[in-house]
Amino acid sequence: MSAFTYIEGARRALAEELERDHRVWALGEDLGRGGVFKQYDGLQARFGAERVVDTPISEATIMGAAVGAALVGTRPVVEMRFSDFALCAVDELVNQAAKNRFMFGGQGRVPLVVRQPIGVWRSSGAQHSQSLESWWVHIPGLVVTAPATPADAYGLLKAAIRADDPVVHLEHKALWPLTGPAPESDAPAELGRGRIARPGRDVTIVAWSAAVHEAMAAANIAAARGVDVEVIDLRTLWPWDAEMVLSSVARTRRLVVAQEAVRDAGFGAEIVATVTEALGDRLETRPIRLGAPRIPVGYSAPLEAAYRVGPDNIAAALLRAVASPAAA
Amino acid sequence: MTQPADTAPPATDNGRRRRLIDHHATMWRIRAFERAAEDGLAAGHVNGAVHMSIGQEAVPTGVAAHLITEDVIASTHRGHGHSIAKGADLNGMMLELFGRAGGACAGKGGSMHIADFKVGMLGANGVVGAGLPIAVGAAQGLRLLGRAAIAVCYFGDGAANRGPFLESLNWAAVFKLPVLFVCEDNNWSATTRTATMSAGPGIAARSEALGVPALSIDGNDVEAVDEAAGRLIGLIRGGSGPRLLHARTYRLKGHTVTDAAPYRPADEVAARWEDDPIARNAAELKALGLDDDEIAAIEVAETARIAASVTAALAAPLPDTAAAFDDVQDIGRPRPGAEQGQAWSTHGAMGGIWALDRGTQL
Ligand SMILES: Cc1ncc(C[n+]2csc(CCOP(=O)(O)OP(=O)(O)O)c2C)c(N)n1
Repeated sequence: MSAFTYIEGARRALAEELERDHRVWALGEDLGRGGVFKQYDGLQARFGAERVVDTPISEATIMGAAVGAALVGTRPVVEMRFSDFALCAVDELVNQAAKNRFMFGGQGRVPLVVRQPIGVWRSSGAQHSQSLESWWVHIPGLVVTAPATPADAYGLLKAAIRADDPVVHLEHKALWPLTGPAPESDAPAELGRGRIARPGRDVTIVAWSAAVHEAMAAANIAAARGVDVEVIDLRTLWPWDAEMVLSSVARTRRLVVAQEAVRDAGFGAEIVATVTEALGDRLETRPIRLGAPRIPVGYSAPLEAAYRVGPDNIAAALLRAVASPAAA
Repeated sequence: MTQPADTAPPATDNGRRRRLIDHHATMWRIRAFERAAEDGLAAGHVNGAVHMSIGQEAVPTGVAAHLITEDVIASTHRGHGHSIAKGADLNGMMLELFGRAGGACAGKGGSMHIADFKVGMLGANGVVGAGLPIAVGAAQGLRLLGRAAIAVCYFGDGAANRGPFLESLNWAAVFKLPVLFVCEDNNWSATTRTATMSAGPGIAARSEALGVPALSIDGNDVEAVDEAAGRLIGLIRGGSGPRLLHARTYRLKGHTVTDAAPYRPADEVAARWEDDPIARNAAELKALGLDDDEIAAIEVAETARIAASVTAALAAPLPDTAAAFDDVQDIGRPRPGAEQGQAWSTHGAMGGIWALDRGTQL
């Protein structure tokens, strides 16, 4: 098992899918130059400008054109550059891509992938740092993936490209250079399956994308205090692996959810609600939901830090979760 | 009706007569369909917003005469005419309007989302301007797959004030895509006169400025539409890139069936009825030697055909409620019985709320 980076995982996945299926193509701004993060490096030279397409700065038309191209039988991979810019293409994603199949009674299929880099990254400010996964998870018709590891950057992108549903694929900007073990096979990952990133018995923490790494660090801090934490990396947010989460919490009887996105009305609330509905009377302590305060991301370091949920406050929450019910 | 591509308007008088008779039939098919929709709404069988194109039938009729089944069209909220002219199944359309099982969109679409993918009609759209990028992408996809077909995009004069118009024309010109943009300029954007909120010299000028050559024509003259569409589509099929056809027409009815359109001066509407494209074509047929009975027979035949589809729709059952859960998505698809608030069982039924279809998708 060799090591590769998150960015290599993504690049290799797309290259292999372009190789495997002539209907697959990519479109977005500056792809010929490799994309903002070099995640497309070398692909246009290898596959040609007709299949790795440099588009005008027209997010709505990038997405709308992908819908039309998918309807006639191609499999477009859409690059949004920053997740924030997908907001310029919300009609095309929500009202067109996600609705087409249903609205026309199953006549059409829209097998496209929308790559949306998310998350806080190097003082990029309020319009280049958002994590809007709860918006997309809320829309019937969409599948939502959020890899946390290089292996999943590879496997989940392949799965997204092969899926016949429209998939929103969220890649975290801070993870591009992360190195990790490459998967043992070139098979796509299984959509809808979570991963136990660290087994434990005292409390379950559920996270996805970059927050998985924060949760792992927090679990180490908690371990030093004698608390054995189970960390679940969801990997796919719709459908999410409720089975894995419920069986874990059924064992640990304690739940913490940690997300980088704004906490209020975020996807973490969905997990807490689902677990509470199913297992509420069996929980030892009340579930805890962690996320950013309801503020935009600031530019200056301390302001940016005010937004982040770091290992220390996650660890504190884990310790609170294992404390007595009264203290929780 | 879809016909072989590159059917040039015939030079002979006889050929011309034949062609105008066909156009007459298509236009009546559209009008009779829409009148049936109007009646269906009044009778409570048809629901929702129904946008009629009465008075605008010459545009899709003349354009679609140059399209083959493999060509695709993206349509608007006013899509019955586009659909019928492209050869959509009339019974399927009527069942859909009546909300019945077996409708073109399985009862999920209705009038505003009418579609027939089998004949390349990729759907009416509830979002003004949304069809524009879909059409350019369809053209790009067809080219990537090595298909010779083209895409046609219908849109209204109001839609030309939305961003997708600018973005899509620019895109089509940059990539030299095989797209015909057809602007049905009926003067009105819902209840507002489009001219009162549109800057500059108009749609054709906007199009030219974006590098898409445009042609403005009398869209109530079906022969003029036929001729112009033939010319532009010929160029597009020859690889010359996108073109725009600006067809001046008029919406004789309200914005929707239930809109009496009191905001329009009665004399304006009366004058426009004088310019009814069907009546104009009838006069042309008369000049070509058809007698009144022959012309009326076309209307009678098309009306009867539509009446039959109404009868079939009334006899058809409503869809089963469970169908509301179909065709949402495969991966993580909803299941009937997973309603809001329903507690999960942790004893064996975990994960039963949505289907993962593990293994079948990848
Ligand atoms: C994005 C969007 N904005 C507003 C509406 C409401 N609306 C429906 S049709 C219409 C008028 C459209 O005018 P035009 O494009 O000229 O088409 P026409 O109705 O004249 O055929 C409006 C404003 C809509 N459906 N979509």
